[in-house]
Amino acid sequence: MSALSERPAEPVVGRAVPHESAALHVTGQALYTDDLVGRTKDVLHAWPRQVMHAHARVTALRTEPAYAVPGVVRVLTAADVPGVNDAGVKHDEPLFPDEVMFYGHAVCWVLGETLEAARLGAEAIEVEVEPLPALVTVREAIAAGSFQGGQPHLERGDVEAGLAGAAHVFSGELEFAGQEHFYLETHCSLAHVDENGQVFVQSSTQHPSETQEIVAHVLGLTNSEVTVQCLRMGGGFGGKEMQPHGFAAIAALGATLTGRPVRLRLNRSQDMTMSGKRHGFHARWRVGFDESGCLQALDATLTSDGGWSLDLSEPVLARALCHVDNAYWIPNVRVNGRIAKTNKTSQTAFRGFGGPQGMLVIEDILGRCAPLLGVDAAELRRRNFYTAGGTTPYGQPVRHPERLATIWQKVLDASDFAARTSEIEAYNATHPHTKRGLAVTPVKFGISFNLTAFNQGGALVHVYKDGSVLINHGGTEMGQGLHTKMLQVAATTLGVPLHRVRLAPTRTDKVPNTSATAASSGADLNGAAVKNACEQIRGRLAQVAAERLGISPADVRFADGAVHGIAFASDRLAWEEVVKAAYFQRVQLWAAGFYRTEGLHWDSSRMRGEPFKYFAYGAAAAEVEVDGFTGAYRTRRVDIVHDVGDSLSPLVDLGQIEGGFVQGAGWLTLEDLRWEEREGPHHGRLATQAASTYKLPSFSEMPEVFNVTLLPNATEEGAVYGSKAVGEPPLMLAFSVREAIRQAAAAFGPPGLSVDLASPATPEAVYWAIEQARRSTEHGHVDEGAPGVLPDQPAADAPPMVPFSERVQRMMTRT
Amino acid sequence: MQSPAVTVNGRSLPLDGTAPSTTALDWLRAQGLVGCKEGCAEGECGACSVLVARPGRTTPTQWTALNACLVPIAAFAGQELVTAEGLGTPDALHPVQREMAERGGSQCGYCTPGFVCSMAAEYYRADRAPAAASDGHPGGGPDHLHGPNGFDLHALSGNLCRCTGYRPIRDAAFALGAPDDDDRLAARRSQPPPPAPATRVAADGAEFVRPAGLADALTLLADRPEALLAAGCTDWGVEVNLRGQRAPLVVAIDQLPELRGFDVTASAVEIGASLSLSEIEERLAGRLPLLDQVFPQFASRLIRNGATIGGNLGTGSPIGDTTPALLALEATVVLASVDGEREVPLADYFTGYRRSVRRADELIRAVRIPLPAAGLAAFHKVAKRRFDDISSVAVAFALDVRDGVVRRARIGLGGVAATPVRARATEDALTDQRWDADTVDRAAAVLATEGTPLDDHRSSAAYRSAMLGQALHRLFAENPTPQEVGA
Ligand SMILES: Cc1cc2nc3c(=O)[nH]c(=O)nc-3n(C[C@H](O)[C@H](O)[C@H](O)COP(=O)(O)OP(=O)(O)OC[C@H]3O[C@@H](n4cnc5c(N)ncnc54)[C@H](O)[C@@H]3O)c2cc1C
Ligand code: FES
Ligand code: FES
Repeated sequence: MSALSERPAEPVVGRAVPHESAALHVTGQALYTDDLVGRTKDVLHAWPRQVMHAHARVTALRTEPAYAVPGVVRVLTAADVPGVNDAGVKHDEPLFPDEVMFYGHAVCWVLGETLEAARLGAEAIEVEVEPLPALVTVREAIAAGSFQGGQPHLERGDVEAGLAGAAHVFSGELEFAGQEHFYLETHCSLAHVDENGQVFVQSSTQHPSETQEIVAHVLGLTNSEVTVQCLRMGGGFGGKEMQPHGFAAIAALGATLTGRPVRLRLNRSQDMTMSGKRHGFHARWRVGFDESGCLQALDATLTSDGGWSLDLSEPVLARALCHVDNAYWIPNVRVNGRIAKTNKTSQTAFRGFGGPQGMLVIEDILGRCAPLLGVDAAELRRRNFYTAGGTTPYGQPVRHPERLATIWQKVLDASDFAARTSEIEAYNATHPHTKRGLAVTPVKFGISFNLTAFNQGGALVHVYKDGSVLINHGGTEMGQGLHTKMLQVAATTLGVPLHRVRLAPTRTDKVPNTSATAASSGADLNGAAVKNACEQIRGRLAQVAAERLGISPADVRFADGAVHGIAFASDRLAWEEVVKAAYFQRVQLWAAGFYRTEGLHWDSSRMRGEPFKYFAYGAAAAEVEVDGFTGAYRTRRVDIVHDVGDSLSPLVDLGQIEGGFVQGAGWLTLEDLRWEEREGPHHGRLATQAASTYKLPSFSEMPEVFNVTLLPNATEEGAVYGSKAVGEPPLMLAFSVREAIRQAAAAFGPPGLSVDLASPATPEAVYWAIEQARRSTEHGHVDEGAPGVLPDQPAADAPPMVPFSERVQRMMTRT
Repeated sequence: MQSPAVTVNGRSLPLDGTAPSTTALDWLRAQGLVGCKEGCAEGECGACSVLVARPGRTTPTQWTALNACLVPIAAFAGQELVTAEGLGTPDALHPVQREMAERGGSQCGYCTPGFVCSMAAEYYRADRAPAAASDGHPGGGPDHLHGPNGFDLHALSGNLCRCTGYRPIRDAAFALGAPDDDDRLAARRSQPPPPAPATRVAADGAEFVRPAGLADALTLLADRPEALLAAGCTDWGVEVNLRGQRAPLVVAIDQLPELRGFDVTASAVEIGASLSLSEIEERLAGRLPLLDQVFPQFASRLIRNGATIGGNLGTGSPIGDTTPALLALEATVVLASVDGEREVPLADYFTGYRRSVRRADELIRAVRIPLPAAGLAAFHKVAKRRFDDISSVAVAFALDVRDGVVRRARIGLGGVAATPVRARATEDALTDQRWDADTVDRAAAVLATEGTPLDDHRSSAAYRSAMLGQALHRLFAENPTPQEVGA
């Protein structure tokens, strides 16, 4: 077992403890960025001037009328930017644009003594524009050839030969929607300028280091002159990985220009109309199966809807391509990807980061093809699982494929799958107006940032003279329980009780150059760094204790606030005693910890390598009941078995699995991003831009029976205390709900029908699926045989995938 | 009038200098009570939920959860609020807070104070009683929405959580016991809530006025045509927050005793316009099965605690949920002004999109529903989400079926035209016909063509039309041989 994954006796990790801030949460005392406003004097409030055109050139911007509004202090425009007028790292996101790229794009910002003054000031600003043609849907962009960024190409084997030799060839299309993050706390930043011109920004950000960088480049400062702090976030889900930077920069710019603190908090409709979302995708595919339903070849083109700028679209697309196999061995694969440029918000990271989109394509294919193959859908999935020796299409060996088989069997057993399948058949036979469906789907999800450089973590651990411990690390807390886990890691490594360890908010002046808290990697990277720092301190303390105990430092053990020898009858020293002694011996009681994930490599222009440290596995069985009159449905029962390695914090992990699952079900069945597609004054407007029209899962969507089990004995070698990442993978367990709905809808028709289901499968979409089943004996839109639907192949001059950060790396290695 | 103040967590806090449009949420946050959170500012997420001392049925005071984002703080002058901070502290957690914290009910914690307040309201509901246990339901209650402790999860239907997936929150709710004997808030229930005093809050040329009685209110309406009536503010608050609406004069009528009557005679039920939907639900106690089906499908408990029936008609919204039901029940609207009262059939009340026969100097005092009501009643609301969503279409049926023949049919529709309408062609197609599959097929085809449904982000027009027809099919499938009541 590796040193990193090995646990001492009676570790604090692995205990089911509540969230470290739970008592503050429930009493309303946990502070979020906007809660600091009341504690800050002389705050100015910022309000955007949004322009309501999908695409237009700004021909005149008159700000004087705003100054006539009482309480307006300053209007911020491009002319005020001392540094770079850009909110991103790719220089394609002007902070103050002169071309409106989507409906609701902010062209300038007003600062007021009150929010009301700023709002009225923004209304008073006169903007003249010259409307330009706009592309709103991904299909329009495809037709117009409007793409941006690299076009990745993933290929293994010989797809044409695979298809030619297949017993069954099917082809089809799928277009599916994105998802609004709808973190309960909207984007927020509060900036002020310290003595000496030092800029301090409190921001609800998953990526404080990058927020710092962007603020610095907008202000024309060095990174060392800007500090970013994130107390905690009221949810992030990827939506605060790239998107907060521009807002933080506006607040910081306002603060430097006025000398007063500036608060920028978006209200919900601003947040929804201005910030990026999960990418919707369009896919065309051809697939070949042999006689027994084993996949032979997959040819697909995935087009993501990137919105107006690149943001994280390239890595999201790369991850989508790397997950199109999900848990299935496909010998011959050709997948092309491209990013549509449309006049919408710039789509961004969202829990799963393209993985869910790639996996949805293959799960949809299997769900639609199973009836055509005459194979039960659950059996078809199992038959195609990776087995020992399998490698992914991008060349990474699939370790532990046997876990998938174990999990699958456990889910079938736990859910009583076979018996309930027969019960449901009997139910459906006697109920003409409601039908039930039970489906089971797997998840295999790669953990690590695809981009190797991001796989590093840092920490700073202090032990004070009184024995109390303070940890800082590079990760941010957004509800995922990272801080709870870090406290447990530190307590375990130092052998002190949990209450002896405190954690300070994430700040760029404590731990620099951090990666985003994203890709589910927060605990892996920062946990290993915290552990590393604690081990340094523990090693020094062991020397001190060894002398006192008269034993070798290698035999010193730290547990539960005591320090003793390995021998059973050894003397015991109190932790505090050893710490104090160490201080007087002038031993350094703090340490900086660092971690880099070993063994990763990735070439994104060839889409080959081993980008992932390991895969997280899981499976879910979901039962739904669908109403034939309306298409409304409810989730009756869900059983999940999920692999989190050896859990660092079981209550936290359980929460991630349940919450991820429900969020995934929301994406697939309920949450409905609708952009106005009709030409006219509202062309490109997000029609569902409020909680009243964009419906999140509520209590009515919670599965009535919800059983979640963690896979036992699942130590992950080479990860901190044998654990696995858990933030993203469970989201994709929700495919089971979508497939169960498809089966229930199909049950309204003759047996063996292939049914199309739109995504999201809203009641209306389900109703039309039922109608298809009820009205026809024909299958849905799957073509059989060649040529069928042919996925577009990339043009000869399609740019390869070279993400910006790799470009930078190459530039730097060249010079 | 004494200078207005609000009692929050036991402390009286003055309203001096507060703008009339300032919401309770913004005001509380400005007082440092930042546990009250904004997630949407439109009554959808419950992050702003607070407890208000309101008159109860079983105890003089009932702790009622309301959305602080919708109601101007001026409307709470003289009243008592409790926020999450007032329930407990990290060192002395309230039982609701303890269950939520220990069971993983919070992740990011942003929704949590709101959940805690909504949950506390249900915790303190005086008639919450442990239910007979039944097996099969994971919570151990009679169904999956009720706990063994009598906790009704509908109490949390107006609270959204993006992190947890709700299971731990449900478990926390179902684990609650009864309040201790020395629980302050439980004890507070035995005294009546403070009466809402006449109030005037004015700043920057805008005014909020709570008149002392109906006569004052009507005089004000007659004198000041620019006056805007506000009851529960669940509609008006959204206009203020999301659409930047401001009124020079807001007249609060939610507490006027004359608008809070509830009267049942042999021939009619009269419901005061300012009763909240929660109050009406309690008082009707099953007397009008059609309305009983409306309530659980109308918004959330949080909204129903504030939303009034007068306000629902007052919005004139074509997708209001009580209107189709009231149309099917042949309700009338009682309008009051300084000149006296008049009674208008609801079917004649709406004249166009958000327009009605009501004059600017009139208010709706009450709604009258004739008795006995039809024997076969059903309310079908079609929406994306099962809890707390706005209707794509709503269909209310009130049919009398005797000897297997439809004697009388009244059908109200929402969401198919600029105003709520009666489905008269369908009513004709049903009347004097046998209640059988043939009649239903024919009438459903007619129903599917009533109105002119829209294509929008909620639904396509095709789906709306299909849903109209399906509603009748479903009614028949669920009631092939309806109970025969009526004369
Ligand atoms: C989250 C949310 C969910 C909702 N869900 C639903 C739903 O499912 N179904 C539905 O139908 N509605 C819904 N609504 C709308 C709203 O709650 C209802 O229309 C409610 O009944 C309004 O009542 P109120 O007392 O709050 O009205 P207010 O907001 O106080 O007033 C609304 C309008 O009516 C006028 N008015 C109020 N009282 C009177 C009176 N006595 N005489 C004349 N005019 C008057 C006011 O001047 C104002 O123009 C929802 C609202 C929210 C915020
Ligand atoms: S802030 Fe969402 S309901 Fe009030
Ligand atoms: S805990 Fe994050 S929204 Fe509920």
